[in-house]
Amino acid sequence: MRLFSRRPDFKALSLKTLWQGLLRGDGGAGDRIVPPTGFTAQLTLFSAAAMAFLAVFALALALATGRLADRWSSELAQSVTVRVSSDAADQETRTQSVIQLLQTTPGLGQPRLLPDDEVAALLAPWFGPDMPVDALPVPDLIELPITGRDFDAPGLRLRLEAEAPGAVLDDHTEWRRPLVAAAQWLRALGVISLVLIAAASAAMITLAAKAALAANGQVIRVLRLIGARDITIATAFVRRFTHRAAIGAAAGTALGMGAVALLPGMNAAGGFLTGLGFSGWGWLLPLLIPVVAAAVGFFATRWAALKMLESVR
Amino acid sequence: MKDVGFGYHAGDRLLSGMTLSLQPGMFHFLTGPSGAGKTTFLRLCYADLLPTEGQMTAFGQDLRSLSRDGIAGLRRRVGVVHQDTQFLDHLPVAENVALPLSIAGEQVDMQALRDLLGWVQLAPHARAMPPQLSGGERQRAALARAVILSPDVVLADEPTGNLDWDMSMRLMQLLLELNKSGKTVLVATHDLNLIRATKAQVAARVLRIAGGTLHLAGADL
Repeated sequence: MRLFSRRPDFKALSLKTLWQGLLRGDGGAGDRIVPPTGFTAQLTLFSAAAMAFLAVFALALALATGRLADRWSSELAQSVTVRVSSDAADQETRTQSVIQLLQTTPGLGQPRLLPDDEVAALLAPWFGPDMPVDALPVPDLIELPITGRDFDAPGLRLRLEAEAPGAVLDDHTEWRRPLVAAAQWLRALGVISLVLIAAASAAMITLAAKAALAANGQVIRVLRLIGARDITIATAFVRRFTHRAAIGAAAGTALGMGAVALLPGMNAAGGFLTGLGFSGWGWLLPLLIPVVAAAVGFFATRWAALKMLESVR
Repeated sequence: MKDVGFGYHAGDRLLSGMTLSLQPGMFHFLTGPSGAGKTTFLRLCYADLLPTEGQMTAFGQDLRSLSRDGIAGLRRRVGVVHQDTQFLDHLPVAENVALPLSIAGEQVDMQALRDLLGWVQLAPHARAMPPQLSGGERQRAALARAVILSPDVVLADEPTGNLDWDMSMRLMQLLLELNKSGKTVLVATHDLNLIRATKAQVAARVLRIAGGTLHLAGADL
């Protein structure tokens, strides 16, 4: 026996036809063929808004950590530091000889001996601002920009060991790697969060659409009996849920962007958290969230409608 | 239909060996005891069910080969008055009656709609909601909806089942008027008095389902 032999197919609900129905001013056969569902509508709007709000932060996190990883990676890779330790009596002589050695090293720019005030600033986080640096056996620090690809860090390290005992090369590799890896991992987490938010939104809209379709099973049956095509019925539901997803997401995105804009400025403290935000053209990216939410609503409802229509001849 | 049979469950045959061709422009009655399969027969006619055996064609098309859109197209050419009327309760009567037009994407001519509601004597109830209508009013509204697309065939499933005699005759008069305008009409009913009263006004063909098969009823009616 074949009660329901003909199943709706994706061809019957082609994207083009659905999209045209979505854009029609009168909503195709009209949204009125589907009864108003106040609670479901509010739930969908709220869910879309909440997800969009979270998506804004996930996007901000992904962008900020991306910037951070790039900055740390590039800034720290552009210079090396040589630390020169010696007896107080020989310190200056040893430092000058190291500087001369460094000036003849290929791939390095002009060495710069960090003045006392800069060294004090580096130590301030640990010893406080009033610490008399002169009274401490602090090694001299020489900063050098890397200017050429022919710079050979292991070679310089060996040469310093041989020609200037007490001078140690620090190319920042040891602490740069985990920092950059952490920043890149945070960026990946941000992207994963965005994907999860999109998937959760799709699941929620699908559930809401399925609930609405199930609640309107009799309406759909009547519509089919009087000659409604699948596309007409599906358009009414798809249109409704796509609009709700887009409007809810637009509200959530606006709130999220406002909250991000209220974060302290990036330069106020220079820390990681204050850099959590958008910059320049990055402010345009969150505007894609309502568009993506509408697309998610569109496809999720289309799928739910197809499944529902399978049970109605 | 040719040698059509149908059963709701595997191995069970509610209807079998039914061969029939509806005469265009003719008034038909389908009678038989309750549970004989009259509603099933009508559902086969508008492709709500597919026969388990035999062949059914409508307007030159095999119903088995129809796509879902094809089924929708068939139902626009076959107006059906369902036993339980089947309205969208959130829409007023006028919108329910005009629904086949709006879902077909056609413009609703408001004057024509008013005329149609006047024909079934429901003009004063145009803005009423379906649950506010009486049984007879619901049946007349269902008839108006069934004919708004000017179908070639009108099927009515026990349209007078819950109506008193006067109301039943009023509804039959509407169906007779439709038939006089050239529509093929098939009314399923178990009410033999109604059939006799109507046959006095029109040369109706009476079909009877008994024992799972279709018979042409004779003078014993």
